[in-house]
Amino acid sequence: MGKVKGKPGPLARRPDNSAFKQQRLPAWSPMLTANTVLPFFYFMALICLLLGVWLLLTVQNTQEMKLDYTEAETCNKCFEMRKNVSNANETCICTVNFRIDKPFEGDVFFYYGLRNFHQNLRRYMDSRDDGQTVGRKKNLKDPSSYCEPFLKDPSGRPIAPCGAVANSIFNDSFTLRYHYSNGIGEVPLLREGLTWYTDKYIKFRNPTTDNLTLAQVFEGTAPPPYWQKPVYKLDPSNPMNNGFINDDFIVWMREAAFPNFKKLYGILFRNDNPFTKGLPAGNYSIDISYNFPVQYFRGRKEVVLTTVTWFGGQNHFLPIAYLVTSSLILLTAVVLTVVWWKFGKDGKNMKE
Amino acid sequence: SLCSQQMLLEKERRVKANAWDYNDRFSYADNRIKTSKYNIFTFLPINLFEQFQRVANAYFSVLLILQLIPEISSLSWFTTIVPLVFVLVITAVKDATDDYFRYKSDQQVNNRQSQVLIRGSLQNEKWMNVRVGDIIKLENNQFVAADILLLCSSEPYGLCYVETAELDGETNLKVRQALTVTSDLGDISKLMDFDGEVICEPPNNKLDRFTGTLYWKGNKYPLDNEKMLLRGCVLRNTEWCFGMVIFAGSQTKLMQNCGRTKLKRTSIDKLMNTLVLWIFAFLICMGVVLAIGHTIWETYVGTNFRVFLPWDTFQISAVFSGFLTFWSYIIILNTVVPISLYVSVEVLRLGHSYFINWDRKMYHSPMGTAAEARTTTLNEELGQVEFIFSDKTGTLTQNIMVFSKCSINGQMYAGAFMCPQKTACVDFSFNPLCDRRFKFFDSSLVEAIKMEDPAVQEFFRLLALCHTVMPEEKSEGNLVYQAQSPDEGALVTAARNFGFVFRARTPETVTLCEMGRTVTYQLLAILDFNNVRKRMSVIVRSPEGQIKLYSKGADTIIFERLDPSSENLMYTTSEHLSEFAGEGLRTLALAYKDLDEDYFKVWMKRLLFASTVIENREDQLAVLYDEIELGMKLLGATAIEDKLQEGVPETIACLNLADIKIWVLTGDKLETAMNIGYSCNMLRDDMNEVFVISGHSLQDVQQQLRSAKEHILGLSRVSSAGHVEKTDAFADDSVFEEAIIAEYALVINGHSLAHVLEPQLEHILLDLACLCKTVICCRVTPMQKAQVVELVKRHKRAVTLAIGDGANDVSMIKTAHIGVGISGQEGMQAVLASDYSFAQFRYLQRLLLVHGRWSYFRMCNFLGYFFYKNFAFTLVHFWYGFFCGFSAQIGLDTHYWTAVNHLFIWGSLMVYFAILFAMQSDGLFGIFPSSFPFIGTARNCLSEKSVWLVVLLTTVVCVMPGLVVRFLRVDLFPTLTDKVRRLQQSRKKQGPQEQNLRRVRRTSSRRSAYAFSHQQGFGELITSGKNIRRSTVSSLCSPERIAQSHSSSWIENMLKRKNEVSCASPESEGGAPKSGNRAIQTRSKKSTQTELDI
Repeated sequence: MGKVKGKPGPLARRPDNSAFKQQRLPAWSPMLTANTVLPFFYFMALICLLLGVWLLLTVQNTQEMKLDYTEAETCNKCFEMRKNVSNANETCICTVNFRIDKPFEGDVFFYYGLRNFHQNLRRYMDSRDDGQTVGRKKNLKDPSSYCEPFLKDPSGRPIAPCGAVANSIFNDSFTLRYHYSNGIGEVPLLREGLTWYTDKYIKFRNPTTDNLTLAQVFEGTAPPPYWQKPVYKLDPSNPMNNGFINDDFIVWMREAAFPNFKKLYGILFRNDNPFTKGLPAGNYSIDISYNFPVQYFRGRKEVVLTTVTWFGGQNHFLPIAYLVTSSLILLTAVVLTVVWWKFGKDGKNMKE
Repeated sequence: SLCSQQMLLEKERRVKANAWDYNDRFSYADNRIKTSKYNIFTFLPINLFEQFQRVANAYFSVLLILQLIPEISSLSWFTTIVPLVFVLVITAVKDATDDYFRYKSDQQVNNRQSQVLIRGSLQNEKWMNVRVGDIIKLENNQFVAADILLLCSSEPYGLCYVETAELDGETNLKVRQALTVTSDLGDISKLMDFDGEVICEPPNNKLDRFTGTLYWKGNKYPLDNEKMLLRGCVLRNTEWCFGMVIFAGSQTKLMQNCGRTKLKRTSIDKLMNTLVLWIFAFLICMGVVLAIGHTIWETYVGTNFRVFLPWDTFQISAVFSGFLTFWSYIIILNTVVPISLYVSVEVLRLGHSYFINWDRKMYHSPMGTAAEARTTTLNEELGQVEFIFSDKTGTLTQNIMVFSKCSINGQMYAGAFMCPQKTACVDFSFNPLCDRRFKFFDSSLVEAIKMEDPAVQEFFRLLALCHTVMPEEKSEGNLVYQAQSPDEGALVTAARNFGFVFRARTPETVTLCEMGRTVTYQLLAILDFNNVRKRMSVIVRSPEGQIKLYSKGADTIIFERLDPSSENLMYTTSEHLSEFAGEGLRTLALAYKDLDEDYFKVWMKRLLFASTVIENREDQLAVLYDEIELGMKLLGATAIEDKLQEGVPETIACLNLADIKIWVLTGDKLETAMNIGYSCNMLRDDMNEVFVISGHSLQDVQQQLRSAKEHILGLSRVSSAGHVEKTDAFADDSVFEEAIIAEYALVINGHSLAHVLEPQLEHILLDLACLCKTVICCRVTPMQKAQVVELVKRHKRAVTLAIGDGANDVSMIKTAHIGVGISGQEGMQAVLASDYSFAQFRYLQRLLLVHGRWSYFRMCNFLGYFFYKNFAFTLVHFWYGFFCGFSAQIGLDTHYWTAVNHLFIWGSLMVYFAILFAMQSDGLFGIFPSSFPFIGTARNCLSEKSVWLVVLLTTVVCVMPGLVVRFLRVDLFPTLTDKVRRLQQSRKKQGPQEQNLRRVRRTSSRRSAYAFSHQQGFGELITSGKNIRRSTVSSLCSPERIAQSHSSSWIENMLKRKNEVSCASPESEGGAPKSGNRAIQTRSKKSTQTELDI
């Protein structure tokens, strides 16, 4: 059996000598020794502890005010009134008062909240036509069948925007007032810029107008049955905020994942005194145009005022979770140290 | 199955030569073989039918149907159809290519040409058109196309030679002989008129048996296996022969021996199937829980919500709604049933297969063959192998015999045998007739030859004279030896290279070329080999008129018959022999004797007389032989290396360390097999006992098995009780150690194996075999190989691996969980049937211990992570169900993630993010607003810092417990691997250290293996002159042929002897030679068997 090295023929079939093909790629497979594991545990405990404390301090600095107005103060009568469907078209305005002891510093966000409202039912979430809300003319006149039973009105006109989601839009409106020493003044709220960029400019578009007014574009469509005004008249104050690109509409159409949720209503406009630094301490009231019925599903309505930190709104879960994790790791580290000290230190287990 | 039905129906086979009409009535199988499953038209339906029989695919299609119902569809239907089609297509393509290759190889075989006698002339026909009853002509070195009855041949007396390596792995030539009445049908017109009818047994798989009768011209002639040429044999040394096709195509014995191809499944597959079933049950449970939850929610909460979301018209009640929800959740949660797992696992295995193909350490550069994983689905099973069934010839050994050492007149000529590359080869250029492939490493022997040392000359003269090899001088100086066993070939080749060239033989002469001088010896007698004598001798008259007897044989036998004057030499030689044996070489002792003219004449007369008697001729001859072979003078000894493949003993030792049991199943003779067992360290002299099972009847075998088992159990029981009689060398060892040290080996002979495999003995065999370190089965037919494997597979629940190189291993390779073929040798059947193929046995170590282990590890890790991932992202939906009124809304957009999983295993995170951003990109939304409603989610979510904080926290929480468990395990209960790694680490710190490799020592018991493994040679053929071509005979033979009368009766003698032996076989055990070893005792029984085989 002579070696035939040098001949190109047989060697042509020799596999490549690359690190990958010969499975020689560098691999790291750490040896779990006490020298590495125990310090790592203490280190991780420390890291989690520091993070937790930092987060906790941050959260402590945020301020939040929640106010359930479902049956509060004068809203009680509105609540009763909405129980009867025949009153649906009558307006009802009520006021709730509250007091802020410590000023809210920085940006202040105004949310409305609903409890026990299931925006996350499958059939509810499916009941919309994204093709329509992105401004397709075809879908405007002939929406997707997913919108059933809010697809056409009794006279056969297509509903725009169709579907259960749009139909059930939250239609309370709020005016926040600050009680100055010499009277009551409105707190300016920015009612725009509440949505994600992608929603406002990509996901929701009005049908192309071609020199037509919005009303003309939507001609031949019906508003959802529960709506009091058509979609192109949602914001009387700002003509650019009407149709499918209305901020409130977009906010509502982004369905909440859980039955208890809050949605952004406005942001404090910090241009003028005394609101340049946020909300000053003092007495406030909110005038509410009370339209949305919640008694059917035993729901609650609330408003939330909050400041935000770099990692979001007031969130006690994260700091606490970090602290708990930190202490668990520390505990484990101590136990491991003891076990190692007692049983594994001299490495006698390692001997044959 | 059609075939087998037919086989059941066929009670006997009637075939008439040259009579198509007659034979067609029986509709025998034609000679076309078909191993492929599909054709172009049946492929799609059959393949799809097969694929949908898989649970996974069926499940997928049910899901697909569910998703097409809009009322319950919670995911779009393409999330299912994409992976389903993907899986189906990939599998179909793979099946199709596999089948195509099978078809190609079938075609190749079917289209081989053979010459068929049609309408009075020989015509070339494809193999597939050969029919039962046809008369076909075969030429030298051609494969036999079907099972044919030999009618006549170019050789005298209708003899022909075949090589049966494809059938039983033996490479030595076998003789077949036609019936005397048909042997003169040598020309076509006679053959045309031949209208004999054969009535014989129906097709079966017994390679060594055939019974039938030929009816011709009103006479009956019995037929047996000696008259059959089986498909797969190769015609050798025979110019041509004619035969009549008896069995064709799938009914040939070769094809009947090919086990059916079964789909091989690994144990991981089975585990996966059970897991999937459990998970499916779990899925149903989740569905039920959620459906009940939905009903309750719908009753108490949902009804209040109907102002905003009225019920659909078909929603009659909350219960019905719950029922629909159940199906919706089955769809949503379907990812928990890891269907993509099957695809992923396949991809992973494919990758592993490529690593095997790419491995340079399994590349054999001389042959240029790399390892090849031919089946990609079995990789992780490699790491679980517990039993290896190995063929011997061509697998453990190279089937090359090499004359490697000798001892002449007390002088050992060995050279640096162990490291041949360091010493230069001996230069044989002085000899123009030398064989260039021959290598020897001790030049002092050539010096001695050139010095004309008489002992050395006599030594090689003996080697050149005393044998039954047939020379063939194709051109001047180009000699080819046809040896009956490779050992003989090696010896004669050695003599040739050292200047004693065996050039020609006639029935009465042997012509040598001694150091360039042509010398013709008169061959007076050949005292042929048999298993009792264990030696062969020739008596020659030299040109000077001196009569000499040359003898070679097993050392023990030769030493008994030496002249006292050789005693000193005997001791030295004996030492040398021990040394040879210690290196695993096969030894022979050589001796000669000068004969007195008168004495020889008397003896010759007695011999002639004895050979004509009818009663007890064998015994009388043996007595005469014994008489003359006494008082010989010792010349020396030879050592032949039955070349093991490189690294075989080391590999076997290593696999043994890994607790893998190795069984050798070989078609070879008991002695050869045992010898190889010794040389590759499977059998050792320090083993407590080597049991040899060679009973001829069920009772015998049962008795032998029982006593062996009792021996083992009894010994260990006694020793564990501590009352053992201190009799042996191990007596001082502690009792406990004794129990561990005890090593046994089991050797089973072929005819015993047939009994052992019967149901009532199966269990006792298995018990015994598993108590033994080594099991060797000899004289095993291909089907028995498969049966042994099947037996272990069935009862031991262990993973089995079969390795072999020849067609006789195919059924075993197909039966075992994993079949390995040795590639690069001639004959590709084993490789084609195998799951893995490589060039050398030693690569098995790397395949099992490296690739197998890695594959298993990786597969297990992968499965762990896969299940984890599936549960993690499916259970989210379960959890979310409690918040969304059990309405089967998905909380996260995960469905494309499933699709991604089918495509990518690695880099999934990267791909995940890429796809996430792509799917939620502006462009895609612009095209399909309804299908991609999640626009902007990723961007807006991932920019939230709290999301990352949660990710971090989750990672920490998930990693820490695992780390704790692992650390504690390593620290408190380290495994062997951990210890080794610790050791390696500390070594690395201390710097490089010398590794002390344990050398595998061969043990030294002297075994004259050649003598044991050899079978009766062509001695009688030679002296009778029958196998010398007529042309040669006529030119060379001398007018006075003394042995004329003797030779003509050769065939009758053979037949008679056979009958005698077969009648006498049950009682013929009395004459066993004295010997301490059990193995040797069985040889007497063996001898009868071997004679039957010639």
